[in-house]
Amino acid sequence: MIREYRTIEEVAGPLMLVKQVEGVKYDELGEIELPDGSVRRCRVLEVNGRNVLVQLFESSAGLNLAHSKVRFTGHGVELPVSPNMLGRVFNGMGEAIDGGARLIPEKSLDINGTPINPAARYYPSEFIETGVSTIDGLNTLVRGQKLPIFSGSGLPHANLAAQIARQAKVRNSDSKFAVVFAAIGITFEEADFFISDFKKTGAIDRTVLFINLASDPAIERISTPRMALTAAEYLAFECDMHVLVILTDITNYAEALREVSAARKEVPGRRGYPGYLYTDLATMYERAGRKMGSDGSITMIPILTMPEDDKTHPIPDLTGYITEGQIILSREMYRKGYMPPVDVLPSLSRLKDKGIGVGKTREDHAGTMNQLFSSYARGKDAKELMVVLGEAALTPIDRLYAKFADEFEARYINQGFYESRSIEETLDLGWELLAILPKSEMKRIKPEMLDKYWKGN
Amino acid sequence: MIEGKILKVSGPLVIAEGMREANMFDVVRVGDKRLIGEIIEMHGDRASIQVYEETAGIGRGDKVVSTGAPLSVELGPGLLTNIYDGIQRPLEAMRERCGSNITKGIDEPALDRQKFWHFEAARVFGDVVKAGDVLGTVQETEVITHKIMVPPGFDGTVIELRSGDFKITDKIGKIKLNDGRMEDISLMQKWPVRVSRPYAQKLPPVEPMISGQRVIDALFPIAKGGTACVPGPFGSGKTVVQHQLAKWSDVDLVVYIGCGERGNEMTDVLREFPELTDPRTGKSLMMRTVLIANTSDMPVAAREASIYTGITIAEYYRDMGYSVAVIADSTSRWAEALREMSGRLEEMPGEEGYPAYLTSRLAQFYERAGKVVCLGSDGREGALSAIGAVSPQGGDISEPVTQATLRIVKVFWGLDASLAYKRHFPAINWLNSYSLYRDRLSPWFSENVSKSWMDNTARLLKLLQEESDLQEIVKLVGMDALSAEDRMKLELSQSIREDFLQQNAFEDTDSFTELDKQAALIELIFSFGDKANKAIEAGADVEKVATLPVRERIGRAKAVAYADYKKVYAEIDEQITRELDALKLEA
Repeated sequence: MIREYRTIEEVAGPLMLVKQVEGVKYDELGEIELPDGSVRRCRVLEVNGRNVLVQLFESSAGLNLAHSKVRFTGHGVELPVSPNMLGRVFNGMGEAIDGGARLIPEKSLDINGTPINPAARYYPSEFIETGVSTIDGLNTLVRGQKLPIFSGSGLPHANLAAQIARQAKVRNSDSKFAVVFAAIGITFEEADFFISDFKKTGAIDRTVLFINLASDPAIERISTPRMALTAAEYLAFECDMHVLVILTDITNYAEALREVSAARKEVPGRRGYPGYLYTDLATMYERAGRKMGSDGSITMIPILTMPEDDKTHPIPDLTGYITEGQIILSREMYRKGYMPPVDVLPSLSRLKDKGIGVGKTREDHAGTMNQLFSSYARGKDAKELMVVLGEAALTPIDRLYAKFADEFEARYINQGFYESRSIEETLDLGWELLAILPKSEMKRIKPEMLDKYWKGN
Repeated sequence: MIEGKILKVSGPLVIAEGMREANMFDVVRVGDKRLIGEIIEMHGDRASIQVYEETAGIGRGDKVVSTGAPLSVELGPGLLTNIYDGIQRPLEAMRERCGSNITKGIDEPALDRQKFWHFEAARVFGDVVKAGDVLGTVQETEVITHKIMVPPGFDGTVIELRSGDFKITDKIGKIKLNDGRMEDISLMQKWPVRVSRPYAQKLPPVEPMISGQRVIDALFPIAKGGTACVPGPFGSGKTVVQHQLAKWSDVDLVVYIGCGERGNEMTDVLREFPELTDPRTGKSLMMRTVLIANTSDMPVAAREASIYTGITIAEYYRDMGYSVAVIADSTSRWAEALREMSGRLEEMPGEEGYPAYLTSRLAQFYERAGKVVCLGSDGREGALSAIGAVSPQGGDISEPVTQATLRIVKVFWGLDASLAYKRHFPAINWLNSYSLYRDRLSPWFSENVSKSWMDNTARLLKLLQEESDLQEIVKLVGMDALSAEDRMKLELSQSIREDFLQQNAFEDTDSFTELDKQAALIELIFSFGDKANKAIEAGADVEKVATLPVRERIGRAKAVAYADYKKVYAEIDEQITRELDALKLEA
């Protein structure tokens, strides 16, 4: 029997205290009926004796202590799922907002998911060709990886994410592909950019959209990414699809979390973010992967804007500790007009080593990748020195390195958002650029590979 | 049985009343699903309980039952090659039972109850035994012989002991204790995780733990029974360093604790280790490995326990006289778990919200490492080395966890993001890392590697220090301002960095380097340096010396297979002499 309570004692920010309740469980979903008949949702944050502290998912405007009623549903927050979700648009709480037919759910899933048993995971190792040289060649993405884009305000992270969604493919594979897109507190324009890009390419029919715009309640953002991931898990692990999840923008999510934490008067960690931010982010990011008993996979690209381009800010910092690498965008490259403006040196894909090489990309991949990295790093050092002391101060070899760095940026990094390069094209371009340097500098490449692929003299 | 009722639920913290009779740190079962928890505070008849599983669905009035025993691990044959969660539940068995996700309230014994082990008794009726004495052995894996020991407190006389095939809980014998009680002996014993296992005596560590990682062995060695930490920002290669240590260290056994880290990393270890061969035994690496995995998406309280679970298992094998390494990745996540519980208990926070007892808890953990004389009458020695990764926020090592760790551990391998960006791996910064064991280990190195080892490695460090000073000058006034001698120092230190310190973990011939090969490689690089200096004194041009063809061969010397290295290095050394002599003649 579901009881209704009229015992709301306090409402402060996103929190509400209900007294004299019976049998309410931790993390249970509640519904608040306002005097005008509208219903809002909330979740139990703390059970303390007969009082419960709940967190609202929507704004508290219009809530009336005397006349609002609360009932608890006996289960957590759930998302009704079905294969027909593809092509549909939902709000941040998982309700369809595209005016389409009512979704007939196959089942309802708890949005918090359950941790994947590490003994049941498959190690991701299938190469995804994104067509972007800086990713395929240097920071290879594999199926089941979580690879965030660290961006700054005003940088074209949306274009890069859309480019990946548009071009990504796994060779020799015709398995079912889907995109789950969660807009978390972004502007209408940014969300619209993605939607129209998906429409243009026809990907929209294979996409599930969860939209929480900047104008929607901030608190709803706490559940939006979890809604999206629950849909993704259903499609991947129960419908055996390969799902690419794009979450943008995680910074907005973390801010919503901070709001709740501050309202609860918790001891803050760094910069006012709650001490459990790491754990909280991890419970989302770790839902990516591949697991036994299913052919599907979840590959995740969370996007976050670093406040002041500061990589040590808690949000990018903690994200970097959880995700398997990061693609960092650089304002310097952007100013130079090089697109996509990837900052190559601090970018990283941790899973690349098992996704490249013979049978996946090409035998020369690992060696050239390391050589390009170290040569570009040395070239950048040389250029820095050149700025201070002039070209004459460089040794002849360092002058070549400086030239290499320039060419590398202009040709390898700068490819534009609409060019798709195959992995062979990317690798060959790498060899072409390395030929600027003397062969004796190719210490990272095995002699056999040099004999086979070296383009210089 | 003590049974209470829940009053309050806040995340992993549950407060129950009616618990006056329960003991501190007793394990309790919470709610209908019988979630596992542990009492961490008592106020009157109210107990604060940290719950090791997700508490959604728990509410006021639910039952709490005390088991009357502290959080313990099961110790016996079957630990090796297994993967456990933070409270020693076997993940493989859980997967078989309930699928690929971890559901709540699963009760699965840590050690397989059905499997038979062959026990070979070493004692007979009437033998007087004391705690730690070996009663017999079980061949646990091909490489590890599991010694069944008299549990602490079981001093007495053997009344019965049989060889044969037994399940883990079967009675294998009986001991009549000195106070007259009779105790059954089985292959398994239990031990509370928060109490360190006893030993006879602690010894100073004098033998290095050889890791095959050149920068570690040559510059910042760790001793068997020593402690080390690896702090570094994300992407600097902490995990790869930890994996490398777990793979190649010359210890008998490795306990790898994945504490609040990525699920895929544990999967990587789980899938890769069985395929890898231990260079010392020629057998699969998994045969000497125990994995503890509490990944970041698993409940936070169990993360706190995972460190203790891991080190208790390690101590158990140490007690058999083995050299064991505990590798914990990452202790920062453990500290965060402490912080979260502390916050929920509404304790007064210390620095950055961490509890005031952070330092003492860390010290307690690392102090369980060491080289010891084990209990038992044979005086066998075991060693437990502890290596912890630290994940400082923003890579800033002034944060509390790193600082607290540095006060305790003796070796500091500081990882540097700027080295990682240049793909200089392992990205251990040679300027700020240190090892306090260098001096203590020097007799061992002189005796077992070469007389010149200590001098050569000291010279390496000095050269690298000089390089960083010279680089400052170059940045200000350019390369031209340097003397030929200093120019050569830069060339030589570049060679040390690229040809010796850099090591590719993913390259078969380079992933692990034997000590004698390391010594020979250093000699080879210095041979070039010394001969080049002589050539320059004789008037040879620095630029020409720096671009000699032989330098490319020196650069590839590290990847030469172990079987050929003596021959190849001698050839390279000859080539060095030949090419430099030619330059001298030219001059």
